[in-house]
Amino acid sequence: MLIRVEDLSFRYSRAKDYSLKNINLKVRKGEFLGILGASGSGKSTLCLTFNGIIPHSIKGEFRGDVYVKGYNTKETSVAKLSTIVGLVLQNPDSQLFNMTVEEEVAFGLENLGLDPEEIRRRMKWALRITGLEGLENEFPPNLSGGQKQRLAIASVLAMKPEILVLDEPTSQLDPLGKEQVLSLVTLLNKEQGITIILVEHNTEYLLSFADRVIVLDKGEIILEGKPKQVFEEVDVLVRLGIRVPASVRIAHEFKKRGILEKAALNEKELINRLKTLIKI
Amino acid sequence: MIEVKNLWHIYEGRKIALKDVSLTIENEILALVGPNGSGKTTLAKHLNGLLKPTKGDVIVDGINTKEASVAELSRIVGYVFQNPEHMFFEENVFKEVAFGPKNLGLSKDEIEKRVEWALRSVNLKGYEDRSPYSLSGGEKQRLAIACMLAMNPKYLILDEPTTGLDAKSAESVKEVIRKLKEKGHGIMLITHDMELVLELAERVVLLYEGIKVFDGTINEFFQLDLRNYDLDKPELLKISERLSVGFVRNINEFVTSLLRRMRA
Ligand SMILES: Nc1ncnc2c1ncn2[C@@H]1O[C@H](COP(=O)(O)OP(=O)(O)O)[C@@H](O)[C@H]1O
Ligand SMILES: Nc1ncnc2c1ncn2[C@@H]1O[C@H](COP(=O)(O)OP(=O)(O)O)[C@@H](O)[C@H]1O
Ligand SMILES: [Mg+2]
Ligand SMILES: [Mg+2]
Repeated sequence: MLIRVEDLSFRYSRAKDYSLKNINLKVRKGEFLGILGASGSGKSTLCLTFNGIIPHSIKGEFRGDVYVKGYNTKETSVAKLSTIVGLVLQNPDSQLFNMTVEEEVAFGLENLGLDPEEIRRRMKWALRITGLEGLENEFPPNLSGGQKQRLAIASVLAMKPEILVLDEPTSQLDPLGKEQVLSLVTLLNKEQGITIILVEHNTEYLLSFADRVIVLDKGEIILEGKPKQVFEEVDVLVRLGIRVPASVRIAHEFKKRGILEKAALNEKELINRLKTLIKI
Repeated sequence: MIEVKNLWHIYEGRKIALKDVSLTIENEILALVGPNGSGKTTLAKHLNGLLKPTKGDVIVDGINTKEASVAELSRIVGYVFQNPEHMFFEENVFKEVAFGPKNLGLSKDEIEKRVEWALRSVNLKGYEDRSPYSLSGGEKQRLAIACMLAMNPKYLILDEPTTGLDAKSAESVKEVIRKLKEKGHGIMLITHDMELVLELAERVVLLYEGIKVFDGTINEFFQLDLRNYDLDKPELLKISERLSVGFVRNINEFVTSLLRRMRA
């Protein structure tokens, strides 16, 4: 197991309630894990425990253990953990602070003390894989939203992490930017074998690409399984405030009325099932 | 009524961001859509006087924005920006929401009533004593909306009001928008979320490279080929087209319509 979370509870210093309650979770190497939950359910808090920002930089009451590649995060520095776990946040603007695209990617590498040759090699690779080749000398604030977020991902990738944790990386982007970032995530997982932990409201995407999904509610994991199992629980998801794709919801309505036997997971499945009923 | 008349905006004498745009906003829910850089934010900033026309006029309930201050206009036109992160300055949520009404010189009773209503409307009751900075992203977004609601402006501009919100919070924001419309307010939604437009908007204005290329009903809007504007048709409409169900605005309408067909 690449990540093991055991009986983890966390309460922010000045908060009354626990933001994470008794979380148990394992993530395999190469796995793609989706995290769902209403706002305030603890998704970001959980993400911050994977590279040790919680409990090292953000203080609070931390119980239980998080192991990353065997390292107990409590006993390992954020700097060390960051070479294994890359973290990408919601707002790309808050993650970029260098004058050029190239410097942005090189920045973390220089801090690792790598030789210039290796830095160049990794930089080229990271920019190529994120589709930013040719933009090396651009001023990051001039990039589009999707490019900025891909640059944030490139900077993290250059560190060669085995695990990429992305916390709502598309929520501030326009449709085009969203698509660019999600296709990149798919590619990193399926072709580069990077383990992905993704918080994402686009449930159509998770249904197609995630291996497993967990659903958080008030700091607890309340559903867990393959996307298609989790999305059978339409009523629970809707009650929690999770966006369920139109096709899944429609199929659910017809299933409740005894008209359809099986759920549908996407547009195509739904249309095929309904077509036979209305004969067109 | 807000009237935008032959509005041009040119930044720094160079970049033409709006070209001869005219439109009106009354007691309705109007969606302002268009690809990035098409001029949506520039247009919205003219409505509360944050930007002044390079050419043309913006008239808010009879007041020309060239002759009024932003402070004056912002009592009539409320604007919730897209990334509210950096604009909180009070120590707790209650004070943050009460700040605007206090500046209006309202009574303590009235202030409390407004704060309570605003927080309830965005599902943040119980958060009164929390620090704005301890809130999660979606909670901050809802707090920004509550701050504006408490000012009770006649017109509201919401820039991506449901971005980053979970479905439940988005639902409560939508409900508030509908209620405000019923109470006589005019609402402008700036968004890329076509599902939100389908569910909520009555009229749509489409900007493209600073030009108004479409102004019409929601039904007419969804007959356009949206891919030309980097926009995507909502899944619900794609499904209903494939099954010849006709124009529906939500799942319930779709289900009802299809059930009727099956019985026939
Ligand atoms: N720095 C903080 N101090 C106190 N409470 C916090 C802090 N950050 C988050 N919280 C609280 O912890 C809970 C979980 O927040 P978060 O992990 O950000 O949720 P999500 O990412 O699912 O929206 C929420 O109730 C939130 O208000
Ligand atoms: N302060 C500014 N100075 C110069 N150009 C600007 C400024 N703000 C926006 N622009 C330009 O004006 C055009 C319209 O931008 P904007 O109104 O922000 O579009 P939208 O909100 O639709 O994305 C874009 O080309 C943008 O680059
Ligand atoms: Mg979060
Ligand atoms: Mg804008």
